[in-house]
Amino acid sequence: MSGLLPENVAMLAIDLSYLLVAFLFIMGLKAMSSPVTARRGIVVAGVGMLIGTLMSFLYPGMGNFALMLAAIAIGGGLAWWSGRIVAMTDMPQMIALYNGMGGGAAAAIAAVELLRMTTTDPAGDAHHGPVVTTLAAAGAFIGSVSFSGSLIAFGKLQDLIKRSFRFKGQQLVNLVITAATVAIGAWIVISGHPTLGMVIAFFALALLLGITMTLPIGGADMPVVISLYNALTGLAVAFEGFVLENAAMIIAGIVVGSAGTLLTQLMAKAMNRSLGNVLFSGFGEGPAAAAEGVTGSLKPIEPSDAGIMMAFAQRVIVIPGYGMAVAQAQHKVWELCQLLIDKGVMVRFAIHPVAGRMPGHMNVLLAEAGVPYDLISDLDEINAEFDTTDVALVIGANDVVNPVARTDKSSPIYGMPILNADKAKNVLVIKRGKGAGFSGIENHLFYLDNTRMVYGDAQKVAAELIHAVKAAG
Amino acid sequence: MEGVIALYIVMLAAFTGYEVIARVPVILHTPLMSGSNFVHGIVLVGAMVALGRADTFAEQVIGFIGVVLGAGNAVGGYVVTERMLEMFKSSGQKKKEPA
Repeated sequence: MSGLLPENVAMLAIDLSYLLVAFLFIMGLKAMSSPVTARRGIVVAGVGMLIGTLMSFLYPGMGNFALMLAAIAIGGGLAWWSGRIVAMTDMPQMIALYNGMGGGAAAAIAAVELLRMTTTDPAGDAHHGPVVTTLAAAGAFIGSVSFSGSLIAFGKLQDLIKRSFRFKGQQLVNLVITAATVAIGAWIVISGHPTLGMVIAFFALALLLGITMTLPIGGADMPVVISLYNALTGLAVAFEGFVLENAAMIIAGIVVGSAGTLLTQLMAKAMNRSLGNVLFSGFGEGPAAAAEGVTGSLKPIEPSDAGIMMAFAQRVIVIPGYGMAVAQAQHKVWELCQLLIDKGVMVRFAIHPVAGRMPGHMNVLLAEAGVPYDLISDLDEINAEFDTTDVALVIGANDVVNPVARTDKSSPIYGMPILNADKAKNVLVIKRGKGAGFSGIENHLFYLDNTRMVYGDAQKVAAELIHAVKAAG
Repeated sequence: MEGVIALYIVMLAAFTGYEVIARVPVILHTPLMSGSNFVHGIVLVGAMVALGRADTFAEQVIGFIGVVLGAGNAVGGYVVTERMLEMFKSSGQKKKEPA
């Protein structure tokens, strides 16, 4: 076996470069945790990735270089192209897709290792012991679930899969598939010399589990799901890192795994639900929440009048939701706000942690439109300010401003922290139609005396509001 | 790798990941998630080794798929994260460079 360098020199160089890679990744992530240094952070991490990839060509005893370069060109080229052209509103599904690819790659590594075990002599040197085999199988399991699950999440967010599939006993089915996968995995480890059929069944079941687990999960729970699969892919990568004795993969995988777990918990907490509740119980499966207790009526208002109301306000808080993303209204909304700011109105944006389809979805869209991040506040910062606000403008958000989360103990969203839009002197709600939100719960905010509804596509309404504000002089 | 040493690495890396994310403002949740999504693209390196050592046709096919997927994770993760972070600017920065 010959490489470019003597074997021991090459291994030392690779190991040292992986140390540098781990350092650069952690520094990069650290820098990404502040808006000021964030841009530098991804570049630092990118340099790490480049170094790690280049150095890995030096591994002793490798062949198939032409295939390798072709594969990198295909995968990297397609990802580069798709990542460049994707609209900011479609970011959640792209992240799900790239994440799924990582899980699939981890599963592929495990597949090669487990396949080799079907042909090699169990007593030979090339054969893995039970510990390494267990790690390989665990990584294969998690990676496969993350792969197929992320693809389903992608399909749902891309509207390729239009509805949530639920049937009776779904949890039981998932449980059976999980148990069967684990059993076959254990069989592979214990036998030490699996048959091809066992390996294929193992992967097929793990992939199936990712599909059946993700299909019933609804759109508004996607922030939690995407974040969870991100953490799972990290874990799978770390497990395969053990198998390949690759320190960079172990460190990067575990860092992502733990960071992703924390982020997933934050998301679940922002919805006042446990992770298990998101994964295993379709939302609103209980008795459908009726509109009981709603007093008052929906009071529509013309955009022209709404514009005047905002033009003469002193303080306005904008609350964007998924509806703004669907209508791609972020640019018009910012144009409207700039007009108001020029008139001397104090404008802020309030963002709920689970607004949209991924953590921080709204922040990204507003940033794309050019909204400076110091105008954007999250729940804890801004909730006290609604009392002194003249107009709260709700754009395509629903459950995150529903006051029943504070008041109605029987409501499925009771206890979820919400933005207190109802405390503002006036509330304007831009909404496409009269239907209830994702959860199917009537929003009491819409019926309040100080609330006016502006029906229509968020982008069109924003344009009309701009017109009205301009006309107001 | 020594088993116990590996456990040390896991423990320290887990704390690092937790600490790095623990105090991040909500506005950076997306870029940070997509940034960590990019970081696990290091799986590309493992996939390269798996393909490089593949002997049989089946191993080559699976290894090839692994490298395609790993490269997609790394490159795609980088491109979208960079695009998103590029947009984050404070009002001070905005005035300096009117876009």
